[in-house]
Amino acid sequence: MNFELFVIPFNIGLYFIIFYVVYRSVVWFLDLSRQDKLRLQRGFFGRAFWQSIKEIFSESLLHRKIWKTNARLGYMHTSLAFGWFLLIIFGTIEADLFGTSHLNPPYKAIFFKYFHPEPARSGIEVAYAFLMDLILAYILSGLFLAVLKRFSSKSVGMKKTTKLLTLDKVALTSLWLVFPSRLLAESFTSGAYGSGSFLTGSLGNALASFLPAEQLAYPFWWLYSLSLGTFFILLPLTRYMHIPIELFLIFARNSGIKTGDQKGSYTDIQIYSCSSCGICIDACQLSFSAGINNIQTAYLLKGIRENIDVTDIVPNCLMCGRCEAKCPVGIEIMPIRMIQRRENIYLPSERKLLKRYFPDRKKSPAPKPPVPPSYSWIPEGRSEKAKVIYFAGCMSHLTPTIKKSMLSIFEAAGVDYTFVDEEGGVCCGRPLMLSGQTKKARELISYNSKLFYETGADMLVTSCPICYKVFKESYKLGIDIMHHTQYIKKLINDDALKLNFMHKTVSYHSPCDLGRGSGVYDEPKYVLSYVARLQETEFEDENSLCCGGSLANTKIDNPTRALIAKDAARELTKNRPDYLVTACPLCKKTFGAVTETDVVDISELVAQVIVVPQAKRLMSNSPIMRKKKVTVKNNC
Amino acid sequence: MSDFGYVLLKNRHIDYEANDKRIAEYIYAREPSFGYCMECGCCAGTCTSGNFTHLSLREINILIKRGETSTIKEQIDKCMLCGKCTLVCPRGVNTRNIIILAGEAIQKLEANEL
Repeated sequence: MNFELFVIPFNIGLYFIIFYVVYRSVVWFLDLSRQDKLRLQRGFFGRAFWQSIKEIFSESLLHRKIWKTNARLGYMHTSLAFGWFLLIIFGTIEADLFGTSHLNPPYKAIFFKYFHPEPARSGIEVAYAFLMDLILAYILSGLFLAVLKRFSSKSVGMKKTTKLLTLDKVALTSLWLVFPSRLLAESFTSGAYGSGSFLTGSLGNALASFLPAEQLAYPFWWLYSLSLGTFFILLPLTRYMHIPIELFLIFARNSGIKTGDQKGSYTDIQIYSCSSCGICIDACQLSFSAGINNIQTAYLLKGIRENIDVTDIVPNCLMCGRCEAKCPVGIEIMPIRMIQRRENIYLPSERKLLKRYFPDRKKSPAPKPPVPPSYSWIPEGRSEKAKVIYFAGCMSHLTPTIKKSMLSIFEAAGVDYTFVDEEGGVCCGRPLMLSGQTKKARELISYNSKLFYETGADMLVTSCPICYKVFKESYKLGIDIMHHTQYIKKLINDDALKLNFMHKTVSYHSPCDLGRGSGVYDEPKYVLSYVARLQETEFEDENSLCCGGSLANTKIDNPTRALIAKDAARELTKNRPDYLVTACPLCKKTFGAVTETDVVDISELVAQVIVVPQAKRLMSNSPIMRKKKVTVKNNC
Repeated sequence: MSDFGYVLLKNRHIDYEANDKRIAEYIYAREPSFGYCMECGCCAGTCTSGNFTHLSLREINILIKRGETSTIKEQIDKCMLCGKCTLVCPRGVNTRNIIILAGEAIQKLEANEL
């Protein structure tokens, strides 16, 4: 017996999907920029290849990152992905070892039991049948969790699960049918021939005792093949496209390709690699603090993929980066959102089925007509020559204590500095970039760059993480750029700043643009543990929270922001620290409005404990010191 | 005009018949906090751009609500979206969204889509 009609749906599906994935990959490869093509070629014949293989094994199959998020969820994903992989590999080996011929077509391995139903002849075959049953049982246990997750996401440790489109549901059903139909088909066949191991054998015997097993096996083999075929055919139109495309993504990423700031084929690959697993929804503070559940990245990427209107979703995001840090696929979500913000226009288009399978190749958009400059009225900036530039940033002008503290630190350390925006400077440009107005932002960037250049300084220190990020990423200054926390650490290490230790406990809130946005986690903590007792919170480093004040979101109103801020402040002050310390004027303002705990910036704490007498005199105006004095007075 | 014993200056006239409320309606529909503004002027006082040039969100708000929209495009273009006004607003008006929406509305007005 070598062929049966029921293998046709499976074969059609399999060869279609292989052809399709190869076709799309080739198109994507051709659409990459020249440099990226070279990177990919170099990566393919270099170390990146082996790194990718390792990553495919640990992430695409074992789902290590999801295990870290939640063990039950990890088990569910691993059992389906790794289990299915094992089933295919061991199935192929089984067909090769115990079948009638070698190098069989794929369907022989998938429907092996149908073509070789006879009981095991040797010990090895018995053991092998046991192994195959074990793998099937492993997958079915994961499938059980997956079904459970659809009805109650909490049962697998997720607060929310992604809402699916109709086609996703059809594909999901066919995927769910694959394994139970295989189980029943194998069981009936085993029941009829008295073969099979602990799972298919026992179930088959039980079923055969009251059902005509031989006749029933055939329709279930059909069902098995049909569900596989349907799944493969629908795969390109659904979220399951991530299964093949993620491999391409991993190769591309390990070869050093980055999203950049232009839409292109790598963005497309990432969009198709999203599995809509919903981990971004659980990570999003807009979801768990403010109850907004339709704007998360899974929906954004799905919207772009399916050409659904996402113009409301795009600006409604804090850009805190929590989802990006948790994304198990490693999609560069923030750059994609930024690109999307720049061209946030929805063009409805009628999508015929063929177009959905084979979309047009992306053409670069027509250049926009030149816009007259918007900020030509800004007067020429004055700049003094100095070694260090201090740029407080707009937000720091609303928290004057941060400015004062920084100035006293500069004085105490005897730094030759110039305060460029003392009289109120020009915005750094990041807020404009965040709302997609890159061109206007560029004007501000060139204005500020000129101002910085004229000082002749070799170091730029800023108090605002929002400015810090844009200085680092979009300004081409060619000088050292430091956030003030990094600079204070440098002063401490250079012995330029002598500090006392204050016997107070502090919790640190890592600002989004400084922490996840720019990767500065350690310096603030170093400075804090140098001057006070730093307490750990549940939300450290990559898992840190957003204060809710983010400039990136223009859509949510103040009460919603307050919900996020209150939740975050409550979590961070759980250990009842004396101070909730942050490194961002905006976070300080936002938290200050919602918590009883004193919220201070690191620079304010440091300025309080400077040993230099002159600095102490300057410090006497600090709000923290003043507050203390007032309390004493009241007690008297 | 009848003689009331005093005169109204020309620039104090508000001609409701001739005024265009479409921008105001566009913003109200998408950002209800537009209506919370009590015209205190904190936004204009703290404005980064306002430090260098004439830009007053308070004035923009009043003009949009009155429907005198001929001059606001020029003013809106001056905004740097830095967000200081949002932070100082005592009424919790989502000021940046008003600027963005007003810009959108003007664009749509020019394209006859409103």
